[in-house]
Amino acid sequence: MNKSNPMTDTSLPANWFSRLAHPGVFLSWSRNWIAPLAALTIILFTIGLWYSFFNSPPDYQMGETVRIMYIHVPSAWLSQMIYTLMAVSAIGTLVWRHPMADMSMKAAAPLGAAFTAVALFTGALWGRPTWGTFWEWDGRMTSTLVLFLMYLGLVALWRTFEGQARGTRIIAIFTLVGALNIPIIKFSVDWWNTLHQPSIIKADGLSMPASIYTPLLIMVVAFTALFFTLHLVGMRTEILRHRANSLERRHVSARNGTSSGTTS
Amino acid sequence: MIDLGPHAVFIVSSYLGAALVILALILWTALSSHQQKRRLAELEKRGIYRRSETTSNRKEE
Amino acid sequence: MEAFMAIIVRDIRLTLRSGGSTITLLAFFLSVGVIIPIAVGPDKETLARLAPAIIWIAALLSTLLGLDRLFVADHEDGTNASLHHASISLEAISFAKLIVHWLVSALPLIVATPFMAIMLIMDMPTLLRTIAALMLGTPALVALGAFGASIAVTLKRGGVLAPILIMPLAVPVLIFGVSAISPAPGSGTSEAAFMFLGALSLLAFAFTPFAIALALRAAHE
Repeated sequence: MNKSNPMTDTSLPANWFSRLAHPGVFLSWSRNWIAPLAALTIILFTIGLWYSFFNSPPDYQMGETVRIMYIHVPSAWLSQMIYTLMAVSAIGTLVWRHPMADMSMKAAAPLGAAFTAVALFTGALWGRPTWGTFWEWDGRMTSTLVLFLMYLGLVALWRTFEGQARGTRIIAIFTLVGALNIPIIKFSVDWWNTLHQPSIIKADGLSMPASIYTPLLIMVVAFTALFFTLHLVGMRTEILRHRANSLERRHVSARNGTSSGTTS
Repeated sequence: MIDLGPHAVFIVSSYLGAALVILALILWTALSSHQQKRRLAELEKRGIYRRSETTSNRKEE
Repeated sequence: MEAFMAIIVRDIRLTLRSGGSTITLLAFFLSVGVIIPIAVGPDKETLARLAPAIIWIAALLSTLLGLDRLFVADHEDGTNASLHHASISLEAISFAKLIVHWLVSALPLIVATPFMAIMLIMDMPTLLRTIAALMLGTPALVALGAFGASIAVTLKRGGVLAPILIMPLAVPVLIFGVSAISPAPGSGTSEAAFMFLGALSLLAFAFTPFAIALALRAAHE
């Protein structure tokens, strides 16, 4: 059977969404995106870093430490965006059983954990010169910490369910319940925080001059491009892993004398 | 190098730490991908193919 | 309705028959109430201030401990499989199990609270608020715990994973639960906390049966 060109083969489903559900199609389609995405990431980071260090003034309130925000804010943004992506993928798994949704969820989890860790780490390093302590149990940092724990739980779930086909749906359900809980957690943590520390005034970047906003925006886009590059490669790796696993399984059962024509 | 102010050590460690994590992520992503490709290549060498790969056009990935 | 009650009666009977588990849970609850004061030190004022937190931590940990017996035993002997063909929906069965689990896990803890109160130097008004808060909040803990257990039911060492999954989800219950018992200065906080606590429990009990049924079905594919 010849591999057909997914763009012209009329025997394949016409809908782009369902076409990409086929791992082989996804692999050939995604292959062309890696280099451009990687290049975009590098360019954006170069510009962003240059801006962060050489082209933006120190903040009148925070001094030079505002430069930490150029990493902290993008990481925090990613930590939330990645979970949203996982939740949307989870819907794809549960409602459509889209195979790429499974891969998307699995590839995103460790990336989300890592970027959340960077957000926490840079947040602490920013807090020390600004407020005096490495850690502050304020609403935002506490919520980010809880989010980090959720990511860790998901990574643990993926590892524990390794190889089980039904694991994907179960993890999808957990991802969605987690997503629904995040606003509740955020609300309760903010409520708790205002209860105990009513007098902390945060320099939350409410007033941001363009000289700070520009590098910030560039870095946010740079980080996002970085994530999507890693995510795409991660999804491809998952597809390959899946293939290798089912090949090995089939080979073993064939060698043991049972013929198995099914792959999972 | 520009003057990073009195808290330079925090700024530098933030950037260094983030760079380390990001580098580790990139390495891990690349390594995992390479690992799976190698697995598939080895299986191929042992003569195990997917059903759709019985012809010679396997090069799309 | 009959089938619903039948599930409840059966599960309660099974739990009571297995004997030790409720006692174990109670012992664990009380043990937490013992080791934390030992670790913190005997200063009465500190303990009285920490008491609401200690009670809730003990309740949370005890709930996590008791999750193992929720679904695993039934899963292993195939009961879960046959439940899929029961006359009432899997969601209703999950709801019934939530009720049972609250009765056999949370209720004993609430009954044991007066003993904890003595150990933690609680005064009477605080104790009464504690009991009320636990009654309003433990359903949420039970529901979240059951959800975590249903996620991990097919895993061999799932018992270790479920608590990790549940703890972030339990944070709001913890926050409102403690605030309900020991309000921060400023009136109205305790009432607000009680309301949020009740809302959480209602939401949890209303929605988790669906999530649990989904997870159990997925576990069965």
